[in-house]
Amino acid sequence: MKKTKLIIAAVAVALTLGGGILLASDHADAPNVKGKSTDITDLYVFQGANTNNLVFVGNVQGLMSPTTTQTASFDENTEIEFKIDNTGDNVEDLVIQCVYKGGKMYIYGPVKPAQTGLTSTIVGTAAVVVPVTPYGSAPIIATSKSGIMAFAGPRDDPFFFDLDQFHKITGGTATGFNNPGTDTFAGTNVLSVVVEVPKTLLNSTGKLGVWLRTAQNH
Amino acid sequence: MKKNIIYSIIGLCALTFTLSACHKDKNVTPADPNTGEVFAVVGDQVGRPGIATVFVAAADRDNFNATIPSVMGAAYQAKFQTQLQAYNGGAYTTNLLGLSAAAFTGVLATDVLNVSTTGKTTYYDGTNVLTGRQLSDDVIDVSLILVFGGPTATANPGLTSDHVDHNDKPFLTSFPYEAAPW
Repeated sequence: MKKTKLIIAAVAVALTLGGGILLASDHADAPNVKGKSTDITDLYVFQGANTNNLVFVGNVQGLMSPTTTQTASFDENTEIEFKIDNTGDNVEDLVIQCVYKGGKMYIYGPVKPAQTGLTSTIVGTAAVVVPVTPYGSAPIIATSKSGIMAFAGPRDDPFFFDLDQFHKITGGTATGFNNPGTDTFAGTNVLSVVVEVPKTLLNSTGKLGVWLRTAQNH
Repeated sequence: MKKNIIYSIIGLCALTFTLSACHKDKNVTPADPNTGEVFAVVGDQVGRPGIATVFVAAADRDNFNATIPSVMGAAYQAKFQTQLQAYNGGAYTTNLLGLSAAAFTGVLATDVLNVSTTGKTTYYDGTNVLTGRQLSDDVIDVSLILVFGGPTATANPGLTSDHVDHNDKPFLTSFPYEAAPW
């Protein structure tokens, strides 16, 4: 009985997989972004080492080997934007906009967006500009007058999951995970933008809704 | 004839030089090179980890990325509920959070990461639920438990943890927190 249930579950999981790496975090999630500079892997938002700050991490271009990472680059035509709702209606009230140009990441906001939704217009002048840290170098960190810290560059993918065993389950050659499991994302890198913001700049009454978007200029 | 070609080339070079010089001037003012730039071509969108890949049908994935969060619930809750029941062979009742299939998928379908600005930020730590996402949060196990584990997290024991509970490199205690690349 229990076995039947497991098999049913495994089959159902297999239905959604359909082959290839699909169930990751958001790595290579959809046809229009797979393998492109717009492909987001993960969003993280957490309290900083200074608990008066909130840290926003946006990762793109996942599953990179060390060799691939050496020549990987942000795309000048792709904007990376943190959307922040502080009123609970799931519509952004503030945005943090990240645009790569000439080897540097320009970071705007947090600022009220010119319009909500799918189209983004870069608002005002950059709060902080940080040179992208080259592969193999110590992190380059820039701090604005208002206390915003910024980093952009390659990092180890912080996501972890035994995706290979999951594939075996869905493929019918295993009925469950191994203990211990094996991290399929071990040894892979992402391109990362990290922005640490004083909470006072977020106009929050205690709760935020955050999502990460990428968009291109043409 | 040959001379003409050379003159043309020189002229072209001069023109190019002038144009690029003009272009350069334009870049000096305004000081910010991106102000007012418009990014209108839809790319990717993520709130919580794994939502698109676990609950959105392959054919809907590009559409999901182009759906603003305020209308996601109406567009996707029913589809997510069907998918949740499919994962559980139709046997999903509630999960560890006590959420019915409709309530759980209602939360998930609006793909926005909830973040507290007043306390601990974690995806789930046994006490705090959906108050952020730390680098070290084992979001896969949380998701597996909530999807497969039933009301007491004991159903389908082989599917409720992948037994990978930490990253392959230690995180930093200070900015930028993520580990150096491999």
